[in-house]
Amino acid sequence: MAGTRPIDHLLRRAAFGATPEDLAIYGELSVSAAIDRLVDYERLPDDVDSRIGTNGYLGITTRGAPFSPNTVINDSRQRWLFRMVHSERQLQEKMALFWHNHFSTGYTKVAGFAGTAQGARLMAGKPGEVPGPPGQYELFRQYGLGSFRDLLLAVARDPAMVIWLDGRTNTRTRPQENFGREIMELFTWGVGNYVEADVYAAARVFTGWNLRTSGTLADVATGYYEFIYNAGQHDTTAKTFTFAVYPNGDKTIPARTAAAGEQDGIDFITALATHPETARRLARKFWGYFVSETAEPDAQFVESVAQTYLQSGTDIRATLRAIFRSPWFQSPDAYFARYSWPVEFVVKSLKEIGWNGFSIDSARAALPGMGQTLFEPPDVAGWALGRDWFGTGSMLARMNFAAGLAGNQKFALARDAQPYRATPERVLNYLLERLTPQPLDLAQRSELAAYLRAGGAWTGADAQLQTRTSGLARLITGSGEYQFI
Amino acid sequence: MGLSRRSFIRNGVSAFTVSMAAPAFLSEIARAQGASSRNIVVLYLAGGNDALSTVIPYTDPFYYSRRPNIAIPAGQVVQIGSDSSGKALGLHPRMTGLRQIFDAGSLAVIQRTGYANSSRSHFVGFDIWGTADPVQPSGEGWLGKYLATLPSPVDPLAGWAATQEVPRPLVSRSIPVPAIPDARTYSFASPNTGAAAADERAAALRMSAFAPASQPSLTFVNAAAQGAMATLDRVAAVASYTGTVAYPNNGLALALRTVAGSLVRGTGTRVFWVQTGGFDTHSAQGNTGGGAYATLMSTLNDSVFAFYNDLRGQGLLSNTLVLLYSEFGRRISENGSAGTDHGAAGVMMAMGGAVRGGIYGTAASLDPAGQNPTLENAGGDVTYQTDFRSVYARVLDNWLGASSVPILGGDFRAGAPAII
Repeated sequence: MAGTRPIDHLLRRAAFGATPEDLAIYGELSVSAAIDRLVDYERLPDDVDSRIGTNGYLGITTRGAPFSPNTVINDSRQRWLFRMVHSERQLQEKMALFWHNHFSTGYTKVAGFAGTAQGARLMAGKPGEVPGPPGQYELFRQYGLGSFRDLLLAVARDPAMVIWLDGRTNTRTRPQENFGREIMELFTWGVGNYVEADVYAAARVFTGWNLRTSGTLADVATGYYEFIYNAGQHDTTAKTFTFAVYPNGDKTIPARTAAAGEQDGIDFITALATHPETARRLARKFWGYFVSETAEPDAQFVESVAQTYLQSGTDIRATLRAIFRSPWFQSPDAYFARYSWPVEFVVKSLKEIGWNGFSIDSARAALPGMGQTLFEPPDVAGWALGRDWFGTGSMLARMNFAAGLAGNQKFALARDAQPYRATPERVLNYLLERLTPQPLDLAQRSELAAYLRAGGAWTGADAQLQTRTSGLARLITGSGEYQFI
Repeated sequence: MGLSRRSFIRNGVSAFTVSMAAPAFLSEIARAQGASSRNIVVLYLAGGNDALSTVIPYTDPFYYSRRPNIAIPAGQVVQIGSDSSGKALGLHPRMTGLRQIFDAGSLAVIQRTGYANSSRSHFVGFDIWGTADPVQPSGEGWLGKYLATLPSPVDPLAGWAATQEVPRPLVSRSIPVPAIPDARTYSFASPNTGAAAADERAAALRMSAFAPASQPSLTFVNAAAQGAMATLDRVAAVASYTGTVAYPNNGLALALRTVAGSLVRGTGTRVFWVQTGGFDTHSAQGNTGGGAYATLMSTLNDSVFAFYNDLRGQGLLSNTLVLLYSEFGRRISENGSAGTDHGAAGVMMAMGGAVRGGIYGTAASLDPAGQNPTLENAGGDVTYQTDFRSVYARVLDNWLGASSVPILGGDFRAGAPAII
């Protein structure tokens, strides 16, 4: 049965589900080869953006202006969602989403400082299309499967992050602790491993990590923000922590000249990234993202993944490959044990129901009601996951998105269902195979079959097929069972 | 974020189901529980409100010396008199509406509220205030526990979170609280019309009732769907409410208008949760001339004042208690970016027709030198005087008619400010 094979599980987790075309490719591969195809995605073409605005793919919506994903945040959102549906490099987007939540940065604050166009650029500007450093999300696409230590350093120097956590105002005379706190509480090892005095010391470590401008900011084509280490603002005195910063157990970052002071932050980031507690915390987050939200992280899994992470020099690619190959990931107990995030729900339903004549902007517009606006996580801790996605209002928004999409695809669904029109049961089987919800209990199947018959005698005529297959697609996609991946 | 809601959910919640409510205008259950009886609207300021900019000790010289760029000039505060220690206080200049409520005797200002060893983490702090438990801030929320004390079966609209997700304070093991951020979009869409759409809705409702004990995750999600379907029609009646006054066009005001609509239309809701964000003012906080904080105060003042006037016009003010708080106050001294970092004690407010208005508690001395018992963290932060749980206790016992001791897991009645 579709949806319950190991390859389906892998594509729900390491990708955003599967289109019929995806299934044709991955269905030919062994699980091991499929893992490698997903993990070593650089072997696949990086051409998804060239599909935007072309036939056969999701539409985009522009509002009286050219599509501007580097400078208009709603267009940035459309491009990211488009990539989630159509990129062959599925794990790249999946991990970018993970890091976006992990390094949770909100557009509104960034744009409040930099303006809307520079704000969008800071969040999502694509290298090569606009000058200056990549937008934060492009950083995640670039470093997402590299070394976590390098990623953490890149994020610490990311202009959007410097704005988001106020690093730009963190100076020798007035240390500002926002980034120093969150790099420990949220980005690495979590509360319980440090005390308030460590937060103050961490703030001093990053004094002078600041921004400068290049060109004219009002002209997004040439002007931009970039990172600068401002030696004059750096606190050069020694910083002592309650924990070891160096492999020899030394807890003190030594006093340095102002010119050499950027090394303080690099030492601190290296210490945090390579600490076993960070390894374990990331392992637990990966458990929730890739393996299961219905079972607590398995202790052996955490230790094993943490070891891979540390021994590989904080290499995320090696860590993920080990996770996907692990018995915990591959166990059928992990199937459908993950509450889909709203973007995952939306993208999977598009891949499975279809998109001909549908604009990705309709998905973008529906996502806030489900509780997830890309580039606008609720706070520095990211989104509340798992059951917290499922308030009554957000569940209703999912059901209503399903209704809108099923209505939009009504004729295509009926056409595809024609070979099965002889009986309601065959139509039902066809749509369940196509939409791959968590396997339905017999009672739930009976409800769906009863819905197909409720309109009077089943004839399978075109009009009936259009009405009832779209209604059925909506019921399946809006069901509780469908919300699990 | 050390304590996740998820770990609570994994560890403890038994599956719940929503009892089917008739899609009547006012359900029988709600009617039996007394639709017009008292309610509470908790208004949460997300991010850690800078209490010293809300209620300003404008005669304290250290307020000005420690906040050279962000202090509100003494001549511009909205004076509300002095506290019992004789310290003169003023509201932020944008709080002119709240001053009118204060003058009418319907606003209580409770200074220096908090708890010992105040957490500087937004998330831990929020959960501590939400669970009323600084030691184990996980599990059910204090308002969720209150809802669970209502006579069974509890109406599906007994609680109403005007947010995307149900926040910690309303989490309950047994009572599903709907999250309804916007009543206007709270409706059931269909790809079809007529009989097919009706069949679809009936099928969706039946499927959402599927609650297998062996599948608690699916049961939880189905309960959310069922909660939505059980409340659609009553919420639709609220959505059309426009108010007897003009509400400002911001998220908080629209949420409060929805609350007013719910009260006017008689949904029977007892606990509302509304929130407004942006209070994590690490930078560019501004002073009276503008800046982030003045905008926050305008939003708060204009929204609450409209709500107050609307309820007054509807004759519902005496049934309603608004309780305002944030997860912590902020550092006394401004930082290098004309903002403030995470601090300790904050300010709570209570508003309503039955509130005993006035100033409760005494202001801190902001002098960082020596042994100043009103400060902590080497003079950096304001230390608490009134345990926030004693305010909760007062509200539970004297307003909601509940028993605070089991809900709060302890007796906090002694020393509670007599706000109601």
